[in-house]
Amino acid sequence: MIRLHDFSIGYGEHRLLENADTRIPGRKITALIGRNGAGKSTLLRAIAGLNKRYSGNISIDGHNIADMSPAAMARTLSLVTTERTRIPDMSCRDVVAVGRAPYTNWIGHMREEDRQIVDRALNEVGMAEYADRTMDTMSDGECQRIMIARALAQSTPVILLDEPTSFLDLPNRYELCSLLRQLAHENDRCILFSTHELDIALSMCDHIALIDSPTLHCLPAEEMARSGLLERLFSNNNVTFDPKKGSVCLK
Amino acid sequence: MKSRIYLLFITLTALTLALFATDLALGPVNIPLPQVWDALCGGECPTTSARIVTDIRLIKAIVAVLCGMALSVSGLQMQTLFRNPLAGPYVLGISSGASLGVALFVLGAPLFGFAGEMMSLGVAGSAWVGAAVVLVFIAAVGRKVKDIMVILILGMMFSSGIGAVVQILQYLSQEEALKSYVLWTMGSLGDVTSGELAIMIPSVAAGLIIAVITIKSLNILLFGEEYAITMGLDIRRSRMLLFLSTTLLAGTVTAFCGPIGFIGLAMPHVSRMLTADSDHRVLLPATALAGASVMLGCDLISKMLALPINAVTSIIGIPIVVWVVLKNNKSTAS
Repeated sequence: MIRLHDFSIGYGEHRLLENADTRIPGRKITALIGRNGAGKSTLLRAIAGLNKRYSGNISIDGHNIADMSPAAMARTLSLVTTERTRIPDMSCRDVVAVGRAPYTNWIGHMREEDRQIVDRALNEVGMAEYADRTMDTMSDGECQRIMIARALAQSTPVILLDEPTSFLDLPNRYELCSLLRQLAHENDRCILFSTHELDIALSMCDHIALIDSPTLHCLPAEEMARSGLLERLFSNNNVTFDPKKGSVCLK
Repeated sequence: MKSRIYLLFITLTALTLALFATDLALGPVNIPLPQVWDALCGGECPTTSARIVTDIRLIKAIVAVLCGMALSVSGLQMQTLFRNPLAGPYVLGISSGASLGVALFVLGAPLFGFAGEMMSLGVAGSAWVGAAVVLVFIAAVGRKVKDIMVILILGMMFSSGIGAVVQILQYLSQEEALKSYVLWTMGSLGDVTSGELAIMIPSVAAGLIIAVITIKSLNILLFGEEYAITMGLDIRRSRMLLFLSTTLLAGTVTAFCGPIGFIGLAMPHVSRMLTADSDHRVLLPATALAGASVMLGCDLISKMLALPINAVTSIIGIPIVVWVVLKNNKSTAS
């Protein structure tokens, strides 16, 4: 479980979040939504320990992340960024194996146990057949899955993903979300990912965290759909949010 | 490890040894092979031949090996750290710092009455100090700046700025001083004395040991600094170790042999092509061996054709760099 306590973040005068108090539950998949520039990436980066310029506390399973060593942090939380990582001449198995870095010795020696975890991670994302291929010949969706397998191999209770669906076509978006959902429920992970897909978030996620600057709401998906918050945030002169359909439509 | 990689390492080691032996056997003075052997093993042979083999050729061959290993490994570190295939040992401004040191020393030396052995040791010492000063500056900036690209750009601008200062110094300097500076910039493997070698070997060895310690960090850094941090890498410590290692490697070589171009930039690409692997546990030793053998080869060519070493490394290195640029262009276009 991720807990934000009295949490404020922003650039100078422009406060993205102010005095937020929120819990993002474990064993659940939570979608982080908000308008462009609302601070979705900023919040994810703060939770991942990449942005330390915030006030208040972030704690994971009761431990304040500010007090955690880089090594302890790497065993608690893993991140999949928006960057399209493609390392030439490195097999997918080796890419996923780098996720074991927090557990291996000074030269990165893989024990039998580490190898099993890597193979299992590749299996879980359905990419076992790609283990010996290199990423430069693979599609965006396949690369995304390999990077998620790398995060899984890091064996962390929390996984954050920054817009994992943005490079994917529609079937792949749903497929990726159902994969994340399955990982959260069956592998006991706390998964938080940012997205612009309201319909996917509402239909496939357990919880929705909504940035309504400077407030952060986190509610179960159904409650969020009924709350009226989405109508207010995603409506303008041309479009409105339809809570029954769970999507944005033209007026 | 795959058997192909084992075979590659055996081939590279054999090639390095063979070139090392050839480098000892060949030179402007024709010495028969049995005499070379006797000179090395302390057998009976004419004193002049023995002195040429042990005092000139042996030292030069050892310097070539150190030089090739140091520049190539340092180039590999910088390419991975900056995630830029065109980074090399000199991107942080080590060569320009060294050249400023040398320019200042060469200009000032006549005032203090330095000459002979003092002169060559002074050139090396001032180059080293110049390189180290640049490192300390870049490291200090690196503590404040988070983005590694900003450090890269600062290093390049810093180099250009120092280059301008060196030009002003050259413009103001006397003919004699100018000549010794220009000779230093051409590079030379042969000016190292056995006393200087005693400084060079431990410095390069220390740089290589630190390089081995940073292998795991380099593998994680392939994913970029943000991923590296979330995988538990202490980014400041790793950067410091890499900067220190590169200064020990490239700074020492530049101090004693002058700024030798293109080896550090080209050899990591050659070894990536040979190994077809991005794992630094394979790449780092392969780069070191490839660097050593190519540098020995360059020394042989420079001896045969009586050319400055820097000209030879450029002529061999530039086509490799051009090939890398074209290959990258092709892979992004497809």
